[in-house]
Amino acid sequence: MSNKMTGAQAVLECLKREGVDVVFGLPGGVLLPLYDAIYQSDIRHILVRHEQGAAHMADGYARATGNVGVCIATSGPGATNLVTGIANAYMDSVPMVAITGQVNTWLIGKDAFQEADITGITLPITKHNYLLRSAKDISRVFREAFYIARTGRPGPVLIDLPRDVTVDEVEFTWPEVNLPGYHPSVKVHEMQIKKAARALMEAQRPVIYVGGGVKLAGAHKSLFDLATKINAPVTTTLMGIGCFPEDHPLSLGMLGMHGTKYANYAIQESDLILAVGARFDDRVTGKISSFAPHAKIVHIDVDPAEVGKNVRVDIPVVGDAKNALMALEKEVQPKPRSAWNEKIDGWKRDYPLTYIPDMNIIKPQFVIEKLCQLAPDAIITTEVGQNQMWAAQFFVHKDPQKFISSGGLGTMGYGFPAAIGAKIGRPECDVIDIAGDGSFLMNSQELATAVVNDIPVKVAILNNGCLGMVRQWQELFFEKRYSATILGRTSPDFVKLAEAYGAMGLRATKPSEVEPVIRAALATDRPVIMDFIVNPAEKVSPMVPAGATLSEILELEWCEEGHISHLEKVYADARKAIFGEEGY
Amino acid sequence: MRHTIAVIVENKSGVLTRIAGLFSRRSFNIDSLSVGATDNPDYSRMTITVEGDKDVLEQVIKQLSKLINVIRVSELVPSESVERELAVIKVTADKDTRGEIMQIANIFRAKVIDVSARSMIIEVTGDEEKINAIVQLLRQFGIKEMARTGKVSMVRGTRVIKA
Repeated sequence: MSNKMTGAQAVLECLKREGVDVVFGLPGGVLLPLYDAIYQSDIRHILVRHEQGAAHMADGYARATGNVGVCIATSGPGATNLVTGIANAYMDSVPMVAITGQVNTWLIGKDAFQEADITGITLPITKHNYLLRSAKDISRVFREAFYIARTGRPGPVLIDLPRDVTVDEVEFTWPEVNLPGYHPSVKVHEMQIKKAARALMEAQRPVIYVGGGVKLAGAHKSLFDLATKINAPVTTTLMGIGCFPEDHPLSLGMLGMHGTKYANYAIQESDLILAVGARFDDRVTGKISSFAPHAKIVHIDVDPAEVGKNVRVDIPVVGDAKNALMALEKEVQPKPRSAWNEKIDGWKRDYPLTYIPDMNIIKPQFVIEKLCQLAPDAIITTEVGQNQMWAAQFFVHKDPQKFISSGGLGTMGYGFPAAIGAKIGRPECDVIDIAGDGSFLMNSQELATAVVNDIPVKVAILNNGCLGMVRQWQELFFEKRYSATILGRTSPDFVKLAEAYGAMGLRATKPSEVEPVIRAALATDRPVIMDFIVNPAEKVSPMVPAGATLSEILELEWCEEGHISHLEKVYADARKAIFGEEGY
Repeated sequence: MRHTIAVIVENKSGVLTRIAGLFSRRSFNIDSLSVGATDNPDYSRMTITVEGDKDVLEQVIKQLSKLINVIRVSELVPSESVERELAVIKVTADKDTRGEIMQIANIFRAKVIDVSARSMIIEVTGDEEKINAIVQLLRQFGIKEMARTGKVSMVRGTRVIKA
C-alpha cells in the first residue's frame, strides 16, 4: 500500500504519531496548505488572536501537562510574533515545538513578501531549529524535534516550513531518531552520589535548594522522601514552587530577592547546599561573591553546562534529578531534628511573611489569601511583577504543576494565555491567572480565544493603577519620581472590557467584596475577569536590594501617610477620568 | 590564557552560524577559527582558539557540546599537540631584492608561488611564532598584502579526535 501524501498531510501525521491532540495557532498565506490539512484532520486547533498568545498557550499547556506544547504561526510577522514566547520557553526549559510557515524555497533569501529569517532570529533562543527544504525530511525532522524538545533539559525547537514543502508529495516513513551529537545525560555517577550523601550526613546546617528542574524531572516525590528522611529544610526558586509542600514544617518557601527572610538567612548560615535543578540565578543569589559563604555546594543538574557556570561547585552530580534524588535517598541514613531545625523554626516565628491588613482598602495580599482559601487546588498562573511575587508568597503551593509563571524571561502578558493553555491541558482544574492591570493588557486580546473556544479561565487583576514593581523601585531608589509607571488614567474599565468580549466581568472595591467576587467567578463556567481595586501604595516585601547579600534582606517600611495619600490622589484622579465623578 | 579546541561537527548548513552565534551570545572571545572537511564527508572539523581562564574554557566546551550538531569537543594541550598555520604574503620585490627574499624564504622552508616584475608571493606554513617571524623579516621589503588561515592542530601520538 502506498503511503503517498502531501507534505502538509505528513506534518499532521507526525503530530498524530507524537501524541499531539491540540495545537495553538493563527494561519497565513504560506500556511494555507497546512491549514487545509488541519481542517481535514481531527486535531484540535485553537485559533488565537495574536501569535504571542499561541506560544504562551503552548507553554502553559506544556507546564500543566508535562507534554510538548505545539504552536503554529505563518511566515514573517507571524513567526516574529512568536519570538517572545519562544524565548520565554527557552529560559524556563519548557518542551515546545514551534512550527512556522516560510516562503517557497526558491524565494528564500530574496526578501519575498512576509519573509523573515526565523531560524536565524531564533538561533539563540531555541534548543535547536530546522529549516525544512524537502518534503522527504518532514518526518525525520519532526521526530527529532519532539525528541529534542522533551528530553534532557527540555526546551523549544522551531521548524520552519516553506510553502512548497507542504505541497509536495512524499512517501511517508517514520525513521528512528539518529542524532550523533545529542546524548542527554540521564544516569547519575554512583561515586558522586556517595560523595553527596556523605556530605549531607556530615552537614550540621544543610539546606536543599530546589529549582524548576525538579518539576521537569517529576522528582518532587523523591525530593520529599529525601528531605523528610534527613530533616533537611527545603527552599525553592520561583520555578521550583510547588515541588515541596509549603505547609510542611521543613518548607522555607521561596528564597532570593523577594523570598522569605528565613530562607535567605538559612542559605547564608548553611554549611551545605544541595542544589537540585536550579541554576544560581542572580535573582536568587544576590551578590554572588557572598552567597552562602560557609557552605559546601552539591549541584545536581541534567545540563552539565549549568554546573560551575555561576558558582564554584564542590560536588557536581550530572544527570536526571529524579534518578539522583532517588539514589541519594537510598544512600543516606535517617537524621533526627537538630538544633538547626530549631533555629530555623525560630526565624520562621520571628520573621513571618506578612502584611498590614486594612478594613477599608483591598490589600493585594489579602486577595491572594482569599483565592488560596477558596480555590486551594487551582492551577495558578501569573503575570510578571508585584502580582507574581505576591502570588508566589501568599498562595500556599503544594503541587509542582499548579504554579505556572514566567521565571527566566519575566514576560508580562504571559499569565493569561498560559492559563488558557493550562486549562485546555487540565480541564478538570480551576485555572486562575493572577494579574496586574499593566501585564493583563499585554495579551488581553486572547479573551476572544477564551470566549470563542469556551475555556473558562479566571483572571484576578490586582488593579493598582500602576506598573507596580517598577514604581516600587522608583519609590525606593529614584526618590519617588514615577517616570512612566502610573497607568490609572489609561487603563480601560476591565469589567466592560470582559463584557465586550462576551466574558463575565466582576469588580471588588472593598475588602468585604473580595470573597463574593471570587465565589461568583468560581461558580460560573464562563471566562471571568475579576477587577480588584487594590491599594496602589503596597510594596512587595521583604526585599534584597539588587547587588546586596541575601542576609541584607529588608522589611520594607510602609510609606509615610503623606505619600500614600499622594499616590491615592493620583490614582483617584485617574479613576475619575475613566469612570466619572460617581466612581464605579 | 589561550586555549585551542578541536570541534567535530556535522557537515550541515548553518552549523558555523550556530557556533559563531554561541560565542557572541555568551561573550566568549574567538582568536582564530578554521574549518575544513574530515576523512568522513559527513563531518567537518573546526579548530578554535579562545581567550579566557579555566572556567571560561570549561563553559566554552560545555556550551559547544550542547549544540545538537556538535559531535565532539576536545581541548588540545599545546605541549602534546602539533599546530600549523598557513600564510600567503605578497611582498614588494624587484631584481635587487628578489634574491634576498628567496634566501629568507629558504631559511623558513617557505615557497615562492608567484613572481612578477615588482612582487612575489611567499607561502609559508608553521606555528604562529614562525609565521610572525617571517612576516617581521619580510616587512622591510614592503608587504603589499597578506592572508593567514586560522590554526589547525592535532594531538601527537596515537590518540585521535574523531566522530
